[in-house]
Amino acid sequence: MAVLQFREALLQAIDEEMDRDERVFIMGEEVAEYNGAYKVTEGLLDKYGFKRVIDTPISELGFAGIGVGAAMNGLRPIVEFMTFNFAVLAADQIINHATKVRYMLGGQASVPIVFRGPNASAGQLGATHSVAYDSMYAHFPGLSVIYPSEPDDAKGLLKSAIRNDDTVVFMESEQMYGLKGEVSDESDYIIPIGKAKIKRAGDDVTVVASGKMYHIAKQAAAQLEKEGIEVELIDPRTIKPFDIKTVIESIQKTNRCVIVDEAHPYGGMAAEAGFLIQRDAFDYLDAPVLRVTLPDVNAPFSKPLFDLWLPDAKKVVQAVKAVMYRN
Amino acid sequence: MANKSQAVFTPIGLNKGNNGKIDKSVKLPPVTKKKHSELGLSDQDVVNMYQQMYLQRRFEERAMQMYQKGKFGGFLHLYIGQEAVSTGTVFALNDDDDIITAYRDHGWGLVRGISANEGMAELFGKATGCSKGKGGSMHFAKTKNHFWGGYGIVGGHIPIGAGLSFANKYQENGRISTCFFGDGAVDQGALHETMNMAQLWKLPCIFVVENNGYSMGTAARRHTVGEIHERAKGYGMKGAMFNGMDALTVYENMKKIADEVRETSEPCFVEIRTYRYRGHSMSDPQQYRSKEELLEYQKTDPVERMKTYLLNEKLQTEEEILATQEKVEEEVMASIEFAENSPFPEPEALYEDMFSGEPFFHDDQR
Repeated sequence: MAVLQFREALLQAIDEEMDRDERVFIMGEEVAEYNGAYKVTEGLLDKYGFKRVIDTPISELGFAGIGVGAAMNGLRPIVEFMTFNFAVLAADQIINHATKVRYMLGGQASVPIVFRGPNASAGQLGATHSVAYDSMYAHFPGLSVIYPSEPDDAKGLLKSAIRNDDTVVFMESEQMYGLKGEVSDESDYIIPIGKAKIKRAGDDVTVVASGKMYHIAKQAAAQLEKEGIEVELIDPRTIKPFDIKTVIESIQKTNRCVIVDEAHPYGGMAAEAGFLIQRDAFDYLDAPVLRVTLPDVNAPFSKPLFDLWLPDAKKVVQAVKAVMYRN
Repeated sequence: MANKSQAVFTPIGLNKGNNGKIDKSVKLPPVTKKKHSELGLSDQDVVNMYQQMYLQRRFEERAMQMYQKGKFGGFLHLYIGQEAVSTGTVFALNDDDDIITAYRDHGWGLVRGISANEGMAELFGKATGCSKGKGGSMHFAKTKNHFWGGYGIVGGHIPIGAGLSFANKYQENGRISTCFFGDGAVDQGALHETMNMAQLWKLPCIFVVENNGYSMGTAARRHTVGEIHERAKGYGMKGAMFNGMDALTVYENMKKIADEVRETSEPCFVEIRTYRYRGHSMSDPQQYRSKEELLEYQKTDPVERMKTYLLNEKLQTEEEILATQEKVEEEVMASIEFAENSPFPEPEALYEDMFSGEPFFHDDQR
């Protein structure tokens, strides 16, 4: 097992897939000569040249659409957004075109493309740079949405995403790029899309958290352990398809569940998973499912307000205790 | 009339006071003086062009009747009046050059090899349609013939058209792509972003505005500034503007442009001036233009013009043309029968064609 930063794991995945398949190329703002706004693409230009590592203007709608057309016509683009907050400008291409072309043409085309970049908040960046979009994209049929939390997941899932024959949204976090973790040495390391991973076993409460929120939940689990509460921590890794089976099986053991989601509360992953749990595991629940999410408020700049806004370990601890009816 | 003391934003349209004078929304430049043989077209090519244009015309006239009879629902945007653009273009391109267009797509599909049967069945939503009944009027496609389909978001397919040419350049396959859209689409940001990148990256793509004078019910002069074709200059892109009511003119210009784009791998921005005779869609009362204006343009009808050319050049006799027309009419009538007798998609089809790879459906209750 090599210890890699999250960004290095992503880079390895892209590098290996570009090496393996001539049709794979990457484009986005600052990916080539600048070596990546967050250094995910560092060295790729030197290795693969200007044909396959392409700097774009700040035209998210335009280059996302060029990616879609290129994918339809035989290539396998990786489109990097500097953040998914900017990808909103490209939403027409992701939502209206990438995921719909195949269906509306009766199967006559496919769109094997990966849209990737950081998602959600990254400190005090203000209201327009802080939104979690994973649940929004998960709403749309046909779109796989991956939001890994650790370097190993990132590498194996990004390789799967690039090989996927349909459109994938792959989400990262500015605050996780430097995170270190052990990454499998297995050559051609692939993690199938749509499989959750139980990252901490426990009998008392099931906690579901992906991406950056996984690390919040992990901190909470460590604190709760000291108080004798054993959390079973599940990282869905993929928001869609969502591995509800693994979650339900865990709840059948713990009978309690908290979902941590860096989305606003309305219609997010927490809402959806919560619905499925109450329907499919109703008889197993000893308490209502609770969720920890952002409030229905935009991201503030000011530090104390920002800290109040973002879910933290303390809120997760409170929610876990609440489903256990403990103070 | 607006009160003079009020601010006016959008330029004022026909109904609100031009005293009934004809307000031509597109000014047509002269057609080519060259004969087909000078353009490198054989006599048979011209006969085929006429037959193709007549097919597009009759297909849509019959489709309109079927729509009015309630045979199918949804939107129906007719291409009637613009057939010279699709026909002249397709004869000018190589068969493996890529074409993508907006929702006014029936003519494009027919001329790129969608049969009348497959087309009519698609309108009827039948399993035998070119897109298996999943797309309908707006999403005709035949990708194996490099017709990538019609798209329903105005301007949304413009970057995709550039992406097709990106892949052609990447794969060094010698193909070019062509992307057609209406004058309404030139106001979309997608056009600007795409033209900037296409020129910067030297994509072998022809962007074509089929300026039919109206963005739905808004005349070109009311929705966009200046001359559309002059926008090419702003991107350092080659540009052209020509008459789209004459298939030979379209052929001549598109051939020259396609050769150049293929040779130089540089894009071109083209405004083809044409006119749509019907409303934007079937529900359009067309109060934004006068009957006189419509009649003016119908004098330049591209299908009639081609017929006159065939006769003047003695390429075909009246009888031969009549025979062609009858053949087309039979083909179209047979397509209605085919569509009516074809099955609707099976319920299972609802879940088909979503994925190229492993399918997944959230909370699948089947």
